[in-house]
Amino acid sequence: MIYLDHAASTPMRPDAVAAMLPFLAEHPGNPSGSHGASRVAKTALEAAREDVADVLGCEPREVVFTGSGSESDNLAVKAAAWAAHERHTELDGVVVSAIEHKAVLGAAHRLTDSGCRVAEVAATLAGTVDLERLARAIDDRTSVVSVMTVNNETGVVQPLQVVAAIVRERAPHALLHTDAVQAPQWLDIGAATRGFDLVSLSGHKFGGPKGVGVLVRRDGVPLTPLIEGGGHEHGLRAGTQNVAGIVAFASALRFTHDNRDTERARIAMLRDRLEAALADNLGGVTANGDPDLRVEGALHVAIDGVEAETLLVALDGVGVCAASGSACSSGAIDPSHVLLAMGVARERALSSIRMSLGWASTDADIDAAIERIPTVVRRLRERAA
Amino acid sequence: MSRILVAMSGGVDSSVAAALLRADGHDVTGVTLKLWGGPQDSGCCAVSDVEDARRVAAQLDIPHYVFNFSDDFERSVVDPYVLAHATGSTPNPCVACNRTMKWGRLLERSRQLGFDYLATGHHARLVTTANGPRLARSVDAAKDQSYVLALLTESQLSDTMLPLGELTKTEVRAHAARLGLRTAAKAESMDVCFITKGGRQAFLGARVPRAPGSIVTPDGVEVATHDGVDRFTVGQRRGVGVALGERRFVIDVNAHTRTVTVGGRNDLLRDRVHLTDTTILGTPPSRDVVLAAQMSAHGAPVDCTVEGDVVRFAAPQPRVAPGQVVAIYDGDIVLGAGIALSADAA
Repeated sequence: MIYLDHAASTPMRPDAVAAMLPFLAEHPGNPSGSHGASRVAKTALEAAREDVADVLGCEPREVVFTGSGSESDNLAVKAAAWAAHERHTELDGVVVSAIEHKAVLGAAHRLTDSGCRVAEVAATLAGTVDLERLARAIDDRTSVVSVMTVNNETGVVQPLQVVAAIVRERAPHALLHTDAVQAPQWLDIGAATRGFDLVSLSGHKFGGPKGVGVLVRRDGVPLTPLIEGGGHEHGLRAGTQNVAGIVAFASALRFTHDNRDTERARIAMLRDRLEAALADNLGGVTANGDPDLRVEGALHVAIDGVEAETLLVALDGVGVCAASGSACSSGAIDPSHVLLAMGVARERALSSIRMSLGWASTDADIDAAIERIPTVVRRLRERAA
Repeated sequence: MSRILVAMSGGVDSSVAAALLRADGHDVTGVTLKLWGGPQDSGCCAVSDVEDARRVAAQLDIPHYVFNFSDDFERSVVDPYVLAHATGSTPNPCVACNRTMKWGRLLERSRQLGFDYLATGHHARLVTTANGPRLARSVDAAKDQSYVLALLTESQLSDTMLPLGELTKTEVRAHAARLGLRTAAKAESMDVCFITKGGRQAFLGARVPRAPGSIVTPDGVEVATHDGVDRFTVGQRRGVGVALGERRFVIDVNAHTRTVTVGGRNDLLRDRVHLTDTTILGTPPSRDVVLAAQMSAHGAPVDCTVEGDVVRFAAPQPRVAPGQVVAIYDGDIVLGAGIALSADAA
């Protein structure tokens, strides 16, 4: 199997698997208890929190463990909007980029139920949020602004520091959130998200387990919890912590951070080789978004003359796993809301696929992909009605 | 062994169709079409039917995909359906869907992907005749669905498999139970799939502007008013809303003048129907040959002869609503079909 869907989920790093195993079987303790077994769990949990904080450049108390990136996004966007509204009732504006993950868009739209005004800011063809429109969308009633760090489809890095400056100038009270779920392999999160109040991460995007997320909440940022209960995670997220998953999350994040530069260079060479081979072997293959702004693992292209839905089935048939648009839980593909928000034509959006590389991608994967993908595309083009 | 793409709706029939093809040793792939409904429908296409199809496919250990044809479905099935009702005719959206979606886009994609056949769980048979492949009635007369496939061409039939044609519904359910398919006891879908809440009138009411008009007798005497011709179908009796002391049927709908004409049963009778979009497979039958015409999905076939686009009934029949499909049978074999025109004056 040629796995080119690392942006959807990447394999767990072996060291992360090894780190979590003792907490699945050997150490049963609930970290909230007071006996020896609990102490083992609690110690591991807090060591992981310190490790994560160290990588992210924040304080351990600013790290909130959640159940997923989507949960982190929901906690950040909803809870921040509610908290802002509670403090200053005139704060009712939520501004998000239109290329956000559905977790942010969905959370923002749910807020309209509680009287919030939600503005979605379109992106440019380059794949970055349109900064002029962003500035216009923000006013002194804006409570939350959410712009992702790296787009999950195009891989385009967003100009977060410019966004932060615009928000600080136009809406000093607004809370700044970024969904950094796609970023840890490619960017130093602490530096990239400097000035942001809330940062979402997800374990399974960089070699940790599914079902573990983090929300970094800078000191003093008010939040209303989504899940109430026993006061876990500084009262922000009730529920016994997933100790095994959290330990593995920290392990994978540490490894990713320490090896980032060499991995970026290695993966860039693989990606560039694949992209060049597709361009050489097939006409009509063009990147979506500005290629210079992409992270190294991203290759999102329109392939003229084939429908993405058909192509993905044909690729699956030869063992190549790629993706398109935002597949929802049924697997049906809608034209990518990201591409549409960038102003890409619908037809082009429906002919676009995402190939994404990650830490487990190898030279052999790319060799096989280069051998198989052009053959499949040519066959489909020949048979196109 | 053939490579076969099976359209799996998540119901028992297509589940069994896939299972039987798999058991015969074919290389089977399942596909479910997303045709209708967005976030406001059943929650971002996480529709339980798709889930059922996926789980049956997993049970059969075959790949399963979802194709999102909702744009095309709206354009090729729903919009024409609404337009037809708004203009006083009575479309059959299942026939339209079979032609444009399953044996249209899906068959095209199936061929593009290199599948040898497209299979469905329809209750109809495919038979090989000296003149080529033909569609025939299911052995289960009560469940026969050849009518909704009657407009398929020879080229489409050549690339089709209908594994359930030789089985009764009872046998299909028995297969499903024997195979432990999770869809074995699932209820059948009966109605127009895209009309869920509120029925046809509510669906059309939200899409067709109200346009009041008159309800008149065949002599042109106004007996009542209505708020839109889309509420009426030729042949309809219920809901005509006219208290005249005797049973009244809609005998004509004129969208141009917004006039609905009602009359007695005799006013409804016609000795022929004119067709458009007629597809007859092979050599057209001689005008002397007695054939059978079926005018609705579960209607009884009636004796007829066919000459070009005109179907003559052996005995007068209630008028076929314009837009309805008229399927022509020679015994159990479908010769072809056409769509009823309004020009049917005796």
